[in-house]
Amino acid sequence: MALLEIRNLHAKVAHGDREILKGVNLAIETGEVHAIMGKNGSGKSTLSQVLMGRETYEVTQGEVLYKGRDLLELSAEERAREGIFLAFQYPVEIPGVSTSYFLKAAVNAVRKHRGEKELDAVQFLKLVKDKMALLRMDQSFMNRAVNEGFSGGEKKRNEIFQMAVMDPKLALMDETDSGLDIDALKVVAGGANSLRGPDRAILMVTHYQRLLNYIEPDYVHVMLDGRIVKSGGKSLALELEEKGYDWVEKEAAAGV
Amino acid sequence: MTQVLEDNTVHLSNLAVALRHAPAEQPWLNKLRRESLGCLDANGFPTTRDEEWRFTNISPIVRTRFELASPQETDAGRQAVREYSFGEDASCELVLVNGHFAPKLSRVNRELPGIAVLSMAEALQKKPALIEQHLGRYATFDGNPFVALNNAMFRDGIVVHLGRGAMLKAPIHLLFVGSGGQRPVAAHPRVLVVAEDDAHASIVETYVGGGAGVYFTNAVTEIVAGDRTHLDHCRLQQEAASAYHVSFMRVQVGCDSRFISHAATIGGKLTRNDLQVMMNGQRSSATLNGLVLAGGEQHVDNHTLLHHEKANCPSHELYKHVLDGRATVIFKGKIFVQKDAQKTDSKQTSKSLLLSDDAMMESMPALEIYADDVKCTHGSTTGPVDEDMVFYLRSRGVGTQAARHLLTYAFAADITRRIKIEPVRRRIEDFMAAQHGLPQDLRITDLGEHDEAAL
Repeated sequence: MALLEIRNLHAKVAHGDREILKGVNLAIETGEVHAIMGKNGSGKSTLSQVLMGRETYEVTQGEVLYKGRDLLELSAEERAREGIFLAFQYPVEIPGVSTSYFLKAAVNAVRKHRGEKELDAVQFLKLVKDKMALLRMDQSFMNRAVNEGFSGGEKKRNEIFQMAVMDPKLALMDETDSGLDIDALKVVAGGANSLRGPDRAILMVTHYQRLLNYIEPDYVHVMLDGRIVKSGGKSLALELEEKGYDWVEKEAAAGV
Repeated sequence: MTQVLEDNTVHLSNLAVALRHAPAEQPWLNKLRRESLGCLDANGFPTTRDEEWRFTNISPIVRTRFELASPQETDAGRQAVREYSFGEDASCELVLVNGHFAPKLSRVNRELPGIAVLSMAEALQKKPALIEQHLGRYATFDGNPFVALNNAMFRDGIVVHLGRGAMLKAPIHLLFVGSGGQRPVAAHPRVLVVAEDDAHASIVETYVGGGAGVYFTNAVTEIVAGDRTHLDHCRLQQEAASAYHVSFMRVQVGCDSRFISHAATIGGKLTRNDLQVMMNGQRSSATLNGLVLAGGEQHVDNHTLLHHEKANCPSHELYKHVLDGRATVIFKGKIFVQKDAQKTDSKQTSKSLLLSDDAMMESMPALEIYADDVKCTHGSTTGPVDEDMVFYLRSRGVGTQAARHLLTYAFAADITRRIKIEPVRRRIEDFMAAQHGLPQDLRITDLGEHDEAAL
């Protein structure tokens, strides 16, 4: 059984008519790393938001199975507690809430859901210490308000740091490379790579091939106008980098 | 018009009673009372047709037949002291119950070096010249009907005299307890703070209520600060749900001084606060931070004035409002920059969080600038809880309700974390935590080394 199975998924903007996902099919097994590539507006970010449970989108058709269960009937917080994590393309600033409070609340929400004892301050600090080193983050970072006044690179590092702490089963990474310089990209990719393993699946969404040089995917999919139109190995990403998206578009058009 | 006259009569008849029981007073005070009353009699109480009272209908106050409370240490007073006392965190703690000084409930400290904190009645006996020099000189009764009423009616209050160079670490706590009995009662407490040059102190005014009856607090505070003074003033209004609360505070700031005001309104049925800060000397700074937590049918109207008279003075103002239920909140912030007040650097921000569709917020900045080399900015935002923030928290496993509560708490914490006087901060945080079902030990961010004025 696949960890995640998306079947003919259609979604539109809630309170609108515009359909963005027009029949997505995708299966991801535990241990795999998938990348979805596509031009802006192809629907790849929408897919990650829909998988996380964002209500600004409405699923109109199709189904999503996660660990064999109907994912779409779970709320965003239930999905998170069940092991889905979304690294945001645009991480949200939350003034007044420190990163440490935020993350402790998150970790304990998941632990409570699993019937585990909540962590106290000392246990929590122990948990995050290694992960901070991994993402090369300073201790003072924990006392700062969530993402407030962070640079673009810091925000993305914070996302991967949270991902490392939350230890998800399925990690969704939405345009994690956007806005990163090469050094920051290496740190972020290093963090993400350390999370690869037989117990976890990663789905990356990206516009550029660059990220895939650092986090090598097992499978690459091309998204076009709300559908996955081509899938292949990591060589597909290189082909896209070289030839652009036009040939896929033409191929898809010819196929229709 | 007839109504206004009749309404006045209610309060005038109160005065007749009050004067009968009043001790013989200095002629100047008698004159102040009679002139104030004459002004009130001539002009009446304002209606919503008056610009300054457009959004606040005070007819419930004007029409209620309040009686002046007699001096007694009620159970409500004792209860309030148990609950609201700062204990050892205060350098002294003076309690007024329904506008009367309650010596047995107070902790008077005669040992504070260069500092006198006494009841108004005692101060009028012991420091008559000081009182005559200042009282009623700053909070003018003309145009301020509730100041006129307080002038005429106050029976007691507190005088704080900070001598030259006096330094006080622990705050002076003034606790005002209102308590309505069988019939509605009114109290008109009066506070005068005189800070001589180089004095540093913090003063807290806490207004609370006990008992189930209706009562009305009409407080006036005048603060006059000399040069190089540092004053930190906190005002926490946590009156009973049935209470009417009107306050007027006027602050005169000298040269090279620092004045910080934190004003929180979390109680009362109908509240109107006027806060006026006059920057009368050069190179002084003023910080006005405000917090309103209103729900149910609560009505809160804050009017602030930052008056820049002299050059090179920065001022920062941040008022935050959390509205739930059918609450109505008004913020009118005026910045007045006189011709000589060059290099004024003034920033005003009003932010409001609407937790309910039925709540109403009116935010009105007003800038009046007569100098040509100044920097004045103002901004105002009003809106519901940010759904992007809620979703971000939910995507990390935090439940929807918990996320909303947390964000509301954090919104207010932006003000509370700036309050350096721990018992006040704790009280507001505990109130919020209880209201939102959050853990009592919740402390989301620490201010750290940042300037409390850094908005």
